Amino acid sequence: MSAQQPEILLDVKDLHASIGDKEILKGINLTIRRGEVHAIMGPNGSGKSTFSSVLAGNPAFTVTQGSATLHGIDLLALSPEDRAHEGIFLSFQYPVEIPGVSMVNFMRAAVNAKRKYFNLPPMSATDFLKLMRQKRAVVELDNKLASRSVNEGFSGGEKKRNEIFQMAVLEPQLSILDETDSGLDIDALRIVSQGVNTLKTADNATIVITHYQRLLDYIKPDFVHVLYKGRIVMTGGPELALQLEERGYDWIKEENKD
Amino acid sequence: MKDNDKTNDIITDATSGDYKYGFVSDIDTDIIPVGLNEDVIRLISAKKHEPQWLLDFRLEAYRYWLTLEMPHWAHLDIPDIDYQAISYYAAPRKKEGPKSIDEVDPELIDTFNRLGIPLEEQKQLSGMAVDAVMDSSSVKTTHREKLASLGIIFCSFSEAVKDYPDLVRKYLGSVVSYRDNFFAALNSAVFSDGSFVYIPKGVRCPMELSTYFRINASGTGQFERTLIVADDDAYVSYLEGCTAPQRDENQLHAAIVEIIVEERAEVKYSTVQNWYAGDKDGRGGIYNFVTKRGLCRGDFSKLSWTQVETGSAITWKYPSCILKGDNSVGEFYSVAVTRNRQQADTGTKMIHIGRNSRSTIVSKGISAGESQNSYRGLVKVVPAADGCRNYTQCDSLLLSSRCGAHTFPYIDVKNPTAVVEHEATTSKISEEQLFYCNQRGIPSEEAVGLIVNGYAKEVMNKLPMEFAVEAQKLLQITLEGSVG
Amino acid sequence: MKTSIDQYIDLYRDNRDAIDAGSAPVINALRPSALDALKGRRLPVKGDEGYEISSIDDILAPDYGLNIARLNIPVDVAESFRCDVPNMSSLMGVVANDKFVATKSLLRNIPDGVTVMSLAEAASRFPDNVAKIYGKIAPLDNPMVALNSLLLQDGVYIHVDKGVHLDQPLQIVNIFQSEVPLLAMRRIVVDVDDDADLRLLLCDHSHNADINYLGLQIVEARLGKGARLDIYDIEESTPATHRISLAFVHQTDNSAFLGNTTTLLNGFSRNNYTVDIVGEHCSTGLYGMAIGSRNQHIDNSTVINHRAGRSSSNQLFRYVLDDEARGAFEGLIEVFPNAKFTEAFQTNNNILASQSALMHTKPQLIINNDDVKCSHGATTGQLNNEALFYMQTRGIPRDMARTMLMQAFMVDVIDTVALEAVRDRLRHLVEKRFDGTLCACESCRKLL
Repeated sequence: MSAQQPEILLDVKDLHASIGDKEILKGINLTIRRGEVHAIMGPNGSGKSTFSSVLAGNPAFTVTQGSATLHGIDLLALSPEDRAHEGIFLSFQYPVEIPGVSMVNFMRAAVNAKRKYFNLPPMSATDFLKLMRQKRAVVELDNKLASRSVNEGFSGGEKKRNEIFQMAVLEPQLSILDETDSGLDIDALRIVSQGVNTLKTADNATIVITHYQRLLDYIKPDFVHVLYKGRIVMTGGPELALQLEERGYDWIKEENKD
Repeated sequence: MKDNDKTNDIITDATSGDYKYGFVSDIDTDIIPVGLNEDVIRLISAKKHEPQWLLDFRLEAYRYWLTLEMPHWAHLDIPDIDYQAISYYAAPRKKEGPKSIDEVDPELIDTFNRLGIPLEEQKQLSGMAVDAVMDSSSVKTTHREKLASLGIIFCSFSEAVKDYPDLVRKYLGSVVSYRDNFFAALNSAVFSDGSFVYIPKGVRCPMELSTYFRINASGTGQFERTLIVADDDAYVSYLEGCTAPQRDENQLHAAIVEIIVEERAEVKYSTVQNWYAGDKDGRGGIYNFVTKRGLCRGDFSKLSWTQVETGSAITWKYPSCILKGDNSVGEFYSVAVTRNRQQADTGTKMIHIGRNSRSTIVSKGISAGESQNSYRGLVKVVPAADGCRNYTQCDSLLLSSRCGAHTFPYIDVKNPTAVVEHEATTSKISEEQLFYCNQRGIPSEEAVGLIVNGYAKEVMNKLPMEFAVEAQKLLQITLEGSVG
Repeated sequence: MKTSIDQYIDLYRDNRDAIDAGSAPVINALRPSALDALKGRRLPVKGDEGYEISSIDDILAPDYGLNIARLNIPVDVAESFRCDVPNMSSLMGVVANDKFVATKSLLRNIPDGVTVMSLAEAASRFPDNVAKIYGKIAPLDNPMVALNSLLLQDGVYIHVDKGVHLDQPLQIVNIFQSEVPLLAMRRIVVDVDDDADLRLLLCDHSHNADINYLGLQIVEARLGKGARLDIYDIEESTPATHRISLAFVHQTDNSAFLGNTTTLLNGFSRNNYTVDIVGEHCSTGLYGMAIGSRNQHIDNSTVINHRAGRSSSNQLFRYVLDDEARGAFEGLIEVFPNAKFTEAFQTNNNILASQSALMHTKPQLIINNDDVKCSHGATTGQLNNEALFYMQTRGIPRDMARTMLMQAFMVDVIDTVALEAVRDRLRHLVEKRFDGTLCACESCRKLL
């Protein structure tokens, strides 16, 4: 092992979470260091989206056991907005439409809330518009979309591009891309992946949640984990994703029978 | 495909747009003179050998009724009714309670056969027990022994008063008080017969229970009363059908239905109402002024009303659910068809008292001729009822340019966690749809039938199978000649 | 038993001469019929059909003062006063309690072909013109109209000549200012002639926050053929101010009417809109937003009568109710038998933000013709939790996200406003209202 490993960014230990009476996450352990890309794969209903929701603080889920820290801070003790300020970004599988709230107002509120959290004055209108213009280029987002209500009337591809645009603006430390490839045609997939890769630095990290290998052709993971029945049952390198593509999930299910 | 075949059969079957059930049976009837006063009430009570407490209940209701005025808030044009010109009791004369089918007047058996309701058990659809009520009294209740073996009580109201006085006394008027409204007070004073159902704890009633109401005698009214109690974890599906002879006079039907649903119990109440609707000029027909209400008293209880209303000159009826139990569920599915000069003002009330109670209202109005068809409904959420949901959809289909379709929803929300949604649309059959059908060789009248059936399907699907077929035929017959 | 009408009948009988003396013959001429119409009648009480949460009888029961003797109650109307609508050089008139006062700028700037003056003055100078509208559109069989007609002394008369387009909006500011409780009978008579065009902005304000005021206002508006009239009504008064406002609109062929009512701060308000569409190819829009907290009571009621075919109407009303606020919306679309090809739509959406707020909704359709497209929808619920969470994950604090969503909820109503300056102003007021920083009549603050 090299002596100089990068700092641990996310540390999840024995995380259990449920919705209502139903336990969905049953003891997840995961360590992510700065600069790493982790892919989480697994069959439908294995808990992938729940895991991302729980990290972002969705109140629909209750954490019943375990811990999660982000650069040493207890993530589970924070409100969803404070988690965002500390560096978590969730790209939603189904981005929510918010009629009546313009993208500009929405992003200005988000940017300034973060600045306030770090005791910075609000950004001037000019600087903000410059920032928006600059970041739009990352995902080739049309100016027209930016003037519309948040996600309202956006196509599937536009919604996903809008998610990556927001990620570019907010500059998170840990980005969680929840099934970002679903509903994307090949061109949109390329644009979104390029955006993600452009934003990648040695200081931040990415979790890519996906069902298929396809996205991983564009965003190269360092580690691939298989989530099944609320636990990570297998971890490997990029070759594991290829293996899953070839063999499907049945052998995993077979090996992990109750 | 199967649905299509069924629809085609129905159309083939539907040979005439006239009222099929308009005949009069020649039955020896015990009918009391017209008029209403305390002596009449005492006479009805005496004829039925009732206990004193029930007579007292009737008299109290009567005295209260005297203080009331007929309600006029509905979108209805109701002619003055002379309550002293009605006979409040008419019953087929019979020997003491027919025990077997041999003792029932053959003319009565024939009447119900013509209505498609055989009273001989072996001829009946399997899985259905029937209580047949003619004018003021119950003629015959079938399958009683089989039901009794499960502890289920299914009998005429009069018998229930004799045999289960404690149960009747406990529940009578507990959901619909005689103070509820004008017609409820009148019914409580003069009600004659009806059905009583009790499903004990944990019992799922294995067959559909059905009451068939028939008005036969002239110059009378029908004032029946139905009481259904489903104890904890019980289940019952109950059906009600009604017809009356074709006459030029208007006859009054003012019934009460009370339903009590205990914990985790479920009651499905289905009605196919086909009282005589009057002729095309609006002469004759039944005035159908009915109070139906269920109390979902227990947690997780469920009450579902399904109605297909095609008959009656005037309908005034709002089957309701009081959702008192937490997580209780109320449903109302209705198809109301009016044609000629019929008037209907019908809908439901969903009163959300229990937490997380849910209700669904689907109302489909179909208006033809010069008829007036109104949906009137109340959705109420009280302050303590957290987490309630209601979804209401009421659609109106207009088949002529002279008819009216109206929607009067009342929505009262006093809890911030409630989600209440109401949607209503009014439309006519589109020219495009008709043309499309025509182009495929379907004549307009048939096409309208198809489209109307499709429109009403969501409600029809809620009916028990045997009833659904009957109801679809009825819809078809009712609408014949209504196009244009 | 005495109802609250009786005290007004007595008041009229005792002061008939003084009331007549303070007014004009055209207005006085209607009083005997108004009196007849009130005899044996009562005002609506809570629970009456269409008055499910509001008792007009209770509101009119207290003994308010009515300025019968036309005493000059000083109202401080600074010449520079403008209802804080930026970028809008408005023509402005003021109704001080119940008396019309034209500002100098109005007198100076009023264009040719447009008349804006005191109703009493107009009734003396052009009795025939006034009599053509006054009492002809608002029916006396409505007891509130009758009561207003019985005791009315002044109001506003607006006339726009045939083909005249008024580029600037005309603003009428209703101001209450008095040391003692006051009842004001107000009447606005609007006559927009054929192919003429008018935007009318009505703003309600009250000084002396603790004094009880009651305004009983009747608007009568006639739209000639091809005419267009917008009425924007913004209420921003005090918890002690009660208001009963009934607008009656008569639309002839090809006319367009838009009514937009905003209730931001008030005590009790009942707003009725009755639109009679008697001509073909008309368009009608009725829109409203209500933001209620504490003990505010906001009740909007609309009736659109489609008496002629080929016209369309659209309605959208939205409410956000917090604390103990009560809201009601009763909306009726009636399509008459001959009104073929009518299109009529109505939507009411409400958000209850507290355990004690309540909302009553009654959207109604009466359809007597089959060649129509009509629908209505109503929802009562709360803010979308998914949207709240989404915003939080982007770092927006929950309270701010809530405020943003509530403002967003009102956007569709604000967008119906045709005047950009009014739209901007409404956005600003709504934002302040939700922030909790709109606590007194904004524009009048400098006068306090």
